[in-house]
Amino acid sequence: MKAIIDIDNFSFSIGRKQILRDVSLSVEAGETLSIIGPNGAGKSTLLKCIVRILAGGAGGIRIHGKPLESYTQRELAKLVSYVPQADGRVLPFSVHEFALMGRYPHLSPFSSIKESDEQAVNDALALTGMQEFRDRHLGTLSGGERQKVFIAAALCQGAGIILLDEPTTFLDPKHQDDVHRTLSRINRESGVTIISVTHDVNIAAIFSRRVLALKTGAVAYCGPSESLMNNDVLQRVYGKQFIFAAHPVTGRPVIVPEEVKP
Amino acid sequence: MTPRRRALTVAVLALAALAAIAVTPLFGLTTISWDAIVNPASGGGQADIFWRLRVPRVLMAFLAGAGLAISGMAFQAMFRNALATPFTLGVSSGASLGAALYMLTGAQIAVLGISGISVAAFAGALLSILLVYGITQTRRGMSTGTMLLAGVAVSFLFSSVILFLQYISDFTNTFLILRWIMGGLSVVGFGAVFDMLPFVAAGSLIVFYQRHELNLMTTGEDIAVSRGVNVKAAKHLLFFATSLMVGGIVAICGPIGFVGMMSPHICRLLIGPDHRYLAPATLLFGGTFLVLCDLLAQLVIAPAQIPVGVITALLGGPFFLWLLIGTMNDEQ
Repeated sequence: MKAIIDIDNFSFSIGRKQILRDVSLSVEAGETLSIIGPNGAGKSTLLKCIVRILAGGAGGIRIHGKPLESYTQRELAKLVSYVPQADGRVLPFSVHEFALMGRYPHLSPFSSIKESDEQAVNDALALTGMQEFRDRHLGTLSGGERQKVFIAAALCQGAGIILLDEPTTFLDPKHQDDVHRTLSRINRESGVTIISVTHDVNIAAIFSRRVLALKTGAVAYCGPSESLMNNDVLQRVYGKQFIFAAHPVTGRPVIVPEEVKP
Repeated sequence: MTPRRRALTVAVLALAALAAIAVTPLFGLTTISWDAIVNPASGGGQADIFWRLRVPRVLMAFLAGAGLAISGMAFQAMFRNALATPFTLGVSSGASLGAALYMLTGAQIAVLGISGISVAAFAGALLSILLVYGITQTRRGMSTGTMLLAGVAVSFLFSSVILFLQYISDFTNTFLILRWIMGGLSVVGFGAVFDMLPFVAAGSLIVFYQRHELNLMTTGEDIAVSRGVNVKAAKHLLFFATSLMVGGIVAICGPIGFVGMMSPHICRLLIGPDHRYLAPATLLFGGTFLVLCDLLAQLVIAPAQIPVGVITALLGGPFFLWLLIGTMNDEQ
C-alpha cells in the first residue's frame, strides 16, 4: 500500500514557541489512526498543519506523494476534510445548508448547485444517519447530533481523508458511542481514512488500528494499538502509571480508573 | 425557509424597489402629477423638475443605499459581527478623508471618464480597511472586538484630520467640505448617477461572485479554509470591492451612516443567512430604504431639506444600541 499522507521530520513554531518537533508519520489509505497525548502536546496543531489552516513549518508534508504546498486550498479540500473541535458557537444555518457548503471545492462561482451536489449531501446524511434532520436548524440539535452533521458536512467534500479534532470530548456516553460507531461505519463502507485526536486512550485503542502519541511536540509512540496498552509506553507519553484490566468480551487490556479515597 | 419562499421574498423586494423608484420622484416640495409628465407642455416645467432633479436623485439614493448595504453585508459576514460595517470600521472616514484632500487641491481630474474625487475616496477607503485589518493581524487570535475598536480609533483619527484640514483651509473650501460631509443626494442631471454606477455595479458583482466564500466565512475561518476557501485572497478581493463601492458613493454623497448596518441585518432576519439570496435581498432593501429615507429628509421640515445622513443616523443610532444589547446578551 502507498502512503496517502507522508510527514517527514516536520517541525512547527508559533512565534518563538516550538509546537511540533521532527514529527514523522506515514498513513495509508483506509487506515484508522488516533492521535493521543497530554494537553499542549501539539495534537490539534498537527491536524491544522495537514489541512493548512496553519501554514509554514519546517520539513515536509506530502499528500498522495505531492508536497502540501503544491496544492491550491481547493484541490487540497478535495483530498482532505476536517471537523474542528466543538466551540459552542451556534451557526445560523440549517443542516442541509451547512452540509451543502461542504461541496464548496466542487462548486463553480458562475454556476448554481447541481444535482450531483444534492446527491452528495443526501449520501453523506444517510451515511451518518442524519437524513431526518435535513431541515432542522443547527441551533436546535444536541451536541451529538451536531457533531454528526459536522462529520456529514466534511464527507460532502468527497475527500478520502477526514481529520477530526476531539470529536467526542463534550458528548455524553451514548452520543460518544454513537459518533464512534458512525466513524467506524464510514471507514468500513466508504474506505475513508480517519485520523482523530482524542484524550481517551481506551477509545484510541479500541476504535483505531494505529495510534500516534505526541509529547511536547515530539513522537513518543507510533504503532499498532495492541502494543499501546502497557505502562512502558504510557509512562513515556503521560508520565504516569495506569492500572489495566482485561476487556470482558475481547480480552484486550483496557485502562480502569484508580480508586481514590474520598 | 424553502428556496422557493426565499426566491419569492427577493421578488417581492424587487417589486418594492421598482415601485419606490417609480413613485418617489412624484413627491417632494411640490407633488408632481402623472399628467404633467405625460404631457410636458401642460405641466409648467414640472416634467423638467421630474426628469432633471427628482429621477436622478432617486436613482442615486438607490445606488448609494444598495452599495452601502451590500458592503455592510460583506463586512458582517467576513468578521462574523453585526456591528462590522463600512461606517464602524473607519472605511467611510477613510473615503471622506480621501475626498476632502482631493477637494482641497481644487483639482478636476478625470481618468477614463472616472472622476478624480471618486478615485481619491476609493484610495482612502482601501487605505483605512487595510490599516484596521493590518492592526488585527499583528498578533494571532485578535478578536473582532479589537478590530471594531481599531475601526473606531481610525475613524476618529481620520475625522480629526478632516477637521484640521477644514480649520486651516479658506472659507469656501471649509463650507464645501462641511456641506458634503453632512451627506446629500441633491443632484442636477444624470452625470453623478453615471459617475457612481460603475463603482456600485463592479463592487456588487464581485461580492455576489464571492457568495459561497461569504457563506463559509460566516461559519468561521478554520472551517472555511478546510472546505477549500483561500480566505486571504477572498478577504482581499472583498476589501477591494467594498472600497470601490464606499469610495464611489462617499465621493458623491458624503458619508451616509447606518444603511450598511441595518439593511443586511434586517434582510438576514427576513431571508436567512445564505448569501445566494441574502446578497440580492440586501442590495434591493438597502436601495429602497435610502430612497425612502431621502424622501423623508425632503418632507420633514419642508420647504427646507435635511441631509439624508441625519435621517439614517436618527434611525440607525437606536438600532445600533439594540444590536449592541442583543450581542451582549448572546455573550452572557
